Amino acid sequence: MLGPSAALLGVWTVYPLVRAIQNGHLRCNVTGSRCRDAGWGQYLDVFTSDDFQRALGVSVKLALLTVPTGLVLGIGLAVLADKHLRGIGIFRTIFSSTVATSVAVASLVWFVLLQPEIGVLSDLFSQWIPQLKNPGLLRDPDTALPAVALSSIWASLGFTFIIITAGMQSVPRDLYESAFVDGAGGFRRFTNVTLPMIMPSILFVTVVLTTRALQTYGEVALLTGGGPNPQKPTTTIPYLIYGDNSIIRNDIGLKSASAVLLFVISLVFAVVQFRGFEKRVHYGS
Amino acid sequence: MAVDSLRGARKVGRYTLLVSLAVVVLFPVYAVLLQALKSGPDSLDHPRSLLPVDLTMSTIRAAWTKGNMGRLLFNSAITSLAVTVGVVFTSLLAAYAFAFLRFPGRGALFVTYLATMLVPTEVTVLINQRTADSLGWMNSYRGLIVPSLASAFGVFLVRQVFMQLPNELREAAALDGVGHTRFLWEVAAPLSRPTLGALALFTFLGTWNAYLWPSQVIRGDLSHETVQIGLERLRNNDIDKVNLVTGGLVIAALPIFLMLVAFQRQLVRGLTAGAVKG
Repeated sequence: MLGPSAALLGVWTVYPLVRAIQNGHLRCNVTGSRCRDAGWGQYLDVFTSDDFQRALGVSVKLALLTVPTGLVLGIGLAVLADKHLRGIGIFRTIFSSTVATSVAVASLVWFVLLQPEIGVLSDLFSQWIPQLKNPGLLRDPDTALPAVALSSIWASLGFTFIIITAGMQSVPRDLYESAFVDGAGGFRRFTNVTLPMIMPSILFVTVVLTTRALQTYGEVALLTGGGPNPQKPTTTIPYLIYGDNSIIRNDIGLKSASAVLLFVISLVFAVVQFRGFEKRVHYGS
Repeated sequence: MAVDSLRGARKVGRYTLLVSLAVVVLFPVYAVLLQALKSGPDSLDHPRSLLPVDLTMSTIRAAWTKGNMGRLLFNSAITSLAVTVGVVFTSLLAAYAFAFLRFPGRGALFVTYLATMLVPTEVTVLINQRTADSLGWMNSYRGLIVPSLASAFGVFLVRQVFMQLPNELREAAALDGVGHTRFLWEVAAPLSRPTLGALALFTFLGTWNAYLWPSQVIRGDLSHETVQIGLERLRNNDIDKVNLVTGGLVIAALPIFLMLVAFQRQLVRGLTAGAVKG
C-alpha cells in the first residue's frame, strides 16, 4: 500500500535532494559540457560569492517587505470582519478572494496595472510617484523590488485572512466575556485575549509567508526578469537558479549548490521563527 | 439615546472602513476586468477606463483565439484532474498503511514522509528536469503529471482522520471477515469524505496554479503548455495590443473563481488544517 507513494516521493523528492547535494560539488566549464569535483568547499565558495550574496540579500529584503506588511494587513482585515454585522459574509468573501489567484495571474494583473504608458495605477498616481510613468515602477532599480512585493502582498492577503480568521473563530467566547467583566476595553481584549490565542495561526502564516518570499520565482520571472539590469535588484535565489537570464544557467554544479543552500536557509528561518514564537505562544495561556 | 447614537456612529464607521478596504482589495481585479471588457485603445483612456460603459467582448474573444486559451485550459484541466485523482488515491493507500497496519520501521518511515514536506519544489525541480529529460518526458503530459502524483501532506492529512476512526470499527470488520482493501474502500474512505474533498480541492488548485515546474518541463511546446505558463505569450508592450493579456487573465481566472465560489468551505478547511490545531 505504501508502494506508489514511496516510489513517487523517492524518485521525485528524495532522489533530487540527494542528487542536488552531490551535484553541489561539481564545477563546470562555460558551456556546461565538462564538470569536475570541487568538493564540499564549493558550498562555501557559492555562499560567499557576490552573486549568491546579492540574491540572498534580495530574497531577505523581499521577505522583510512582504511578511510584516502582509501579516498586519491580514490581521487587521480579520479583526475588522470578526463582528456579527449584516452582510459581513460578503466582506469575508472579498477579503479571502485573492487566495485563488495564481502567481502568474497576480503577476500579470500587476504588470498591466503598473505598465508605464497605459497602466491605470501609473496614470492615477504618477503625480505623487513619478517613477510610475518614467521609467515605470518595474523598470526603476529602486522601485522594482517593492513593486514585486506589492504583487506578492496582494496575492497572499486572502491566505493570511483565511488562516487568521479561522484562528480567531476558535478562540473560546467565554474568554472574551470574562475579559469584558474584568473591564477590559476593545483594544485590551485584542492585545490580551485575541493576540495570544491566535499566536499559533500567526506563527503558521509567518513561516509560510517567509518561506514563500525566500523562494519567490514566478513573480520575478514575469514582472522583471530579475532586472532591471545591470544592478539586478530583483534576482532572488530561485531566479538565480532557474531564470532564463541567470548568469549560472549552464552550471549544474553552481545551481545545485545554490538550491541546497536555499533549502538550508529556508529551514534556518523557519526554525528561528518557531523558536522565537514558542515563548510568546506560552505567554498568554 | 446617546449610547444608541454612539453605537450607530460606530457601525457606520466600521462599514465605511470595510467598504473602503474591500474596494482597495478588489481594485486590481476590477480594473483588469473592465479593461478586458473594452475594445483596444479606448480602454487606455483613464480614468474613463474605470467606468462600466461601452462594454464589449471583443478583447476577450481576441485573447481566446490569439492566446490559444481553449488548448491551455484543456491542458491545465487534464493535468490538474489527473494529479488530484492520483494524490487522493496514493494518499488513501499510504494513510491506511500508517494508520491500520503494523510493520517494522513504520514510525521511521512516517517521519521520513513528513520530512519530505520540508523539501521545497525550488530545490527538486533542478534535478527532476534532468530525470524527466532522460525519461523522454519533456513537453508531455506525463512530465507535467507524474512527478506530482504523491503528496506527503495528503498522506499526513488522511492519516490524521483515519487515526480518529474508532478501533472497534476495524475490529468488527475483521471479525466479519472484511479484508483491508474492502475496509479501506467501503468504510474508511467514505467516512473521511470531507477531508478527502478538502485534499482534492487543495491539490487541484495547487496544480492548476503551479508555475515553476510546468515552466521547466514544458519548453516551447505550445500544445502542452498550461494556462499559467502560456498566458505570458499574450503579454505585449505595443500600446494597442497591451490590452490583450487582460482578456487572457479573465479567461484564466474564471474557472478557478467559479470553483472557489462553489467550494469555499472545503478550501478554508484545507488551508486551516495545519494552522489552527498546531
